Amino acid sequence: MTATAGERRKPKGRATALRAPFHALAQRIGLSGRGLVVAVPYFWLIAFFLLPFIIVAKISLSQMIIGRPPFTDFFVWSDAWLPEIQAYLDNYRWLLQDSLYWVAYLNSVKIALISTLFCLLIGYPMAYAIARAKPTVRTLLLLMVILPFWTSFLLRVYAWMGILRNTGVVNNTLTSLGILDQPIQMMNTDFSVYVGIVYTYLPFMILPLYATLEKLDGALLEAAEDLGAKPWKVFLTVTLPLSLPGIVAGSMLVFIPAVGEYVIPELLGGPDTLMIGRVLWDEFFSNRDWPVASAVTIVLILVLVIPLALFQRHQAKVQEREA
Amino acid sequence: MPETLRARPEKHQPWLDASLRPYIHIDAVTKQFGEFRAVDRTTLEIHRGELFCLLGASGCGKTTLLRMLAGFEHPTSGRILIDGQDMTGVPAYDRPVNMMFQNYALFPHMSVEQNVAYGLKQDGVRKPELKQRVGEALEMVQLGPWAKRKPHQLSGGQRQRVALARSLVKRPKVLLLDEPLAALDKKLRERTQFELMNIQEELGVTFVVVTHDQEEAMTLSTRMAVMERGQVVQVGTPSEIYEFPATRFTADFIGSINLIEGRVKRVEAAGVLVAAPQLGCDLEVTGATQVREGQSVCVAIRPEKIAVAPNAEGAGPEEGAPNAVRGGARNSVRGTVRDVAYLGDSSVFRVDVGEGFLIEVTQPNLLRSLERKVDWDDAVVLTWRADAGLILTE
Ligand SMILES: Nc1ncnc2c1ncn2[C@@H]1O[C@H](COP(=O)(O)OP(=O)(O)O)[C@@H](O)[C@H]1O
Ligand SMILES: [Mg+2]
Repeated sequence: MTATAGERRKPKGRATALRAPFHALAQRIGLSGRGLVVAVPYFWLIAFFLLPFIIVAKISLSQMIIGRPPFTDFFVWSDAWLPEIQAYLDNYRWLLQDSLYWVAYLNSVKIALISTLFCLLIGYPMAYAIARAKPTVRTLLLLMVILPFWTSFLLRVYAWMGILRNTGVVNNTLTSLGILDQPIQMMNTDFSVYVGIVYTYLPFMILPLYATLEKLDGALLEAAEDLGAKPWKVFLTVTLPLSLPGIVAGSMLVFIPAVGEYVIPELLGGPDTLMIGRVLWDEFFSNRDWPVASAVTIVLILVLVIPLALFQRHQAKVQEREA
Repeated sequence: MPETLRARPEKHQPWLDASLRPYIHIDAVTKQFGEFRAVDRTTLEIHRGELFCLLGASGCGKTTLLRMLAGFEHPTSGRILIDGQDMTGVPAYDRPVNMMFQNYALFPHMSVEQNVAYGLKQDGVRKPELKQRVGEALEMVQLGPWAKRKPHQLSGGQRQRVALARSLVKRPKVLLLDEPLAALDKKLRERTQFELMNIQEELGVTFVVVTHDQEEAMTLSTRMAVMERGQVVQVGTPSEIYEFPATRFTADFIGSINLIEGRVKRVEAAGVLVAAPQLGCDLEVTGATQVREGQSVCVAIRPEKIAVAPNAEGAGPEEGAPNAVRGGARNSVRGTVRDVAYLGDSSVFRVDVGEGFLIEVTQPNLLRSLERKVDWDDAVVLTWRADAGLILTE
């Protein structure tokens, strides 16, 4: 609102009168319209990521007690003017000592990596086909990709149990056709965990891949072919490098939640499918050891965030160099 | 072939030599998209070393024809021969042609250098030779200092030159260019036209250029084909097409022209006498034309071939031939100036010769003067030579 506009028009009653003090206040604390817009995501991050993270970090530095809450206080208010801080690193030491944890971490990362790779191998051709399809067909295909989201995730995992178990659809069909003498054990193995994770996270791979492939200018592919590149060479030298942002985005979207996946290994995995999500659950609900569970969480976040941050910085540097 | 154009045999005019085999032979090619015929039974012969333009309005099938030469589209019927080889079934990557795409289609993830080297790498050219040839190509388009840049860091004109270098570095037999200058602004476009011609002349590569800009086609081409709705309506040198358009469409499409309807009154030894009711006078047209008496024809006269002069006698209508100049002179008509457009180098007049029928006249402004000899609403006399007009029957 400019000063001249205010001079020309008479204030329109209460609305302006009410707004004025608010404006003054906003200006006093240094908030402009633009500042507000930027503040919203910051508020979101602080309220729903940073604060919970700090709380969990605080718990991870305490010790387990029988009580409510089941951990020692971080700040101890003695007679002194300032509170004393009681922090223990025992939980982290414990994570290092017991091989269960780092085996679980490694196994989770392995399962997540392999699942991401399979999602990529399956999702890339699908995304490519959708991006190259006629516009009318394309909408339908995209709809089919996101259709599973309309049913409950749990139901879909249960459906896989029905498909994979020894008396399930696959085994029954194969035995009744005489291809198998006896059913193959598919449920409660690593295989079924992979199937579950790849199935669940495939759309998260397809959608970003589709978005980059759809933007890919067909003339570039023709230009490459025109310059003598055979179709597979065109793919390797043009399509693939130009879809790299989609590959990275899709892989992140699959890998990150897959590392911490709990439900799928719990329902489809065997007793020896060790994943960090399950360990976390056990610590928290079975052992009621909140501090160790918190330490497991903090390490998991660091394991995920640090490589990501390094990658981001690398990307930013590359972009800076190019600009 | 009109006699006047046979002169100067020393010029490179391979299409006049019947013993030469055309380098590109487009043989009755049709391309159908569903029900729609984008290219309709087109036959063209293009010779080695030509700079051949495909000219036509947007949507007439130029790009489709070019893409069939490149191998991105396949003829529904007919065939294409390049250097005597039938291209049917030869994939784009195996053809001895390269294309410069309309929006250049530079690879955004590669530097200028890498873009230019791409084609050579596909051919397995070794490092030292590759470097040398890429360097030469960049030198040719004066882009040496920009070799390490990415396409998005270049101006439109520079990108165009990268595209040119990339498509020429493989030394193709034929270079196809789809609207190569359309994305440049006017000044740059004019300069680049001459660069393009120089490069073509130097390398001797056959160029096939698609354009919708008739001036561009006139400037660039050794010969051009005018296309309309998927068909080639006329092939010829720019001057042939300009001075001797074969149909009303071509006449109207290239430059501006006055089209006057009439009926053949008499066929004489020197030419034809045409009665033109729109003008109210008879037109005499020389030059060989196959017409018979009584036939409806159209007389086409370019604006710059008409002279305009103030009418000293005053504009008194006469019985019978109201506009005809006294004495019954042919190819001479009276009128009133309705519009004057001063273009600097020339002026365009629109002269009403009766009942609102307008004749366009262009006169070069030979003298430096602020005064106009002929101005709005002046009574004028238009005259032209008997060989200025052209009789069109189609
Ligand atoms: N792949 C295609 N499918 C259907 N119609 C097409 C296709 N390519 C071109 N056309 C049609 O063919 C006609 C000629 O197109 P084009 O050759 O690009 O014209 P120009 O280059 O002369 O402007 C246009 O009407 C266009 O819509
Ligand atoms: Mg076109």
